[in-house]
Amino acid sequence: MSAVAESIATAFRLIADADPALVRTVALSFAVSGGACVGAAWLGLLAGAWLAAARFAGRRIVLLGLDTLLALPSVVVGLVVYLGFSRSGPLGAWGILFTPAAMVIAQTILVLPIIAALSHQVVADALREGGDQLRSMGASRLVAALLMLLHERWAVATLLLAAFGRAISEVGAVMIVGGNIDGVTRVMTTAIALETSKGDLPLALALGIVLLSVVALINAVIALISHGRGVPTVEWR
Amino acid sequence: MASADMPGPLLALREASVRFGDVVAVRDATLAIAAGEAVAIVGANGSGKTTLLRLLHGVVPNSGTRSVGASASQAMVFQRPFLLRLSVRRNLLVALWLGARGLAAGERRRRADEALARVGLQSLADRPARALSGGEQQRLALARSWSVRPSILFLDEPTANLDPSAKKEVESLLAGFIAEGMTIVMSTHNLGQAKRLATRIVYMDGGRIGADLPTAQFFAERLGGRADLFLKGDLSWSLE
Repeated sequence: MSAVAESIATAFRLIADADPALVRTVALSFAVSGGACVGAAWLGLLAGAWLAAARFAGRRIVLLGLDTLLALPSVVVGLVVYLGFSRSGPLGAWGILFTPAAMVIAQTILVLPIIAALSHQVVADALREGGDQLRSMGASRLVAALLMLLHERWAVATLLLAAFGRAISEVGAVMIVGGNIDGVTRVMTTAIALETSKGDLPLALALGIVLLSVVALINAVIALISHGRGVPTVEWR
Repeated sequence: MASADMPGPLLALREASVRFGDVVAVRDATLAIAAGEAVAIVGANGSGKTTLLRLLHGVVPNSGTRSVGASASQAMVFQRPFLLRLSVRRNLLVALWLGARGLAAGERRRRADEALARVGLQSLADRPARALSGGEQQRLALARSWSVRPSILFLDEPTANLDPSAKKEVESLLAGFIAEGMTIVMSTHNLGQAKRLATRIVYMDGGRIGADLPTAQFFAERLGGRADLFLKGDLSWSLE
């Protein structure tokens, strides 16, 4: 059996046996990315709805900036958070660098523009269809926009899943602010990078398979929701 | 232009105009709506019916004066009602939450059930609102507006997209509202419907109010000019 085939077989054995190191790493990945998405969802959905409803000078520039942040490189986010939380940084006193909390903050910053920009698009489209009628019923602009989040809840669920997929599969930010400390801040992506560089292919492959399965599952759920519910397509502009 | 003289109007326009860019959709409209009236705004396509209705409802920017009675509340039923992707009952509860602030949750539920019964949709209360037929959706829109007990109900071509049976159901509901004393202002291209439901007709021609008369008089008199052409069917209209 070739070395690669042997590594793949070992990887599946690690998954089947629920290897403790593997489980711990996967669990931390879910906790960090899930926490980041919950935090970013509150802020991002409110920001998206508000941007769809509000009319103010410079709104187009804000939207352009938000669109630009969609392509925010994760290493840049990592660097900014690192500078903020390093000993000499403005938030250094918090002492959370190289902890899961810093990783959650970094991923929150990473996915916040995605949630805000995509929810803005969803709400703005819905307001074009029914905003006038909701306003005529007594809703303020903001209330009408928030009702549209409820109206388009399946599209919102889809964009939140997309944000989770982005968070759980990124490596740059968590590597910089988490430090990839075994048992403390090691998540799937940082572990894959490390194990591959060490030549420990079975664990790297096992984590890769789990990560790929998670992303595939997310995409399957998104497809299911979109087709089953007639959800409007959420497009990256 | 003949003008109806109504004491104590719920709503009045004085020389009100609406512009969309270079186009004047409604020009110098002056009219008053009194409590209990059923007013039909008729006219050819593009004559300004819907804009006048929206102007009366206060949802388009205008020049001139629009005054609303102190206690007057309004609701509007649109040609294609926008329903939230929620159940029929929840759509009503949202409308009551928006339009009748201060009602306790229990009272909102009671009113929602009452409104569903009023339009005959009780058995569909838990169905997704968007799964209803066109006629049922329009009845739900009527229930939504009726449930907040408006002083004036505006309707924009309420039966324009409905089949004859659904049209009849909606007309019957509107006749009921009018019989109960609700003030109604509706735009319609359907002169038969205007004749059946309205107590007063406002005829729009090129953005201006061309005639404002009690229904019987509108259909009995020779109005002259384009109004006669409209009534004869030489301008677009339908008598169904």
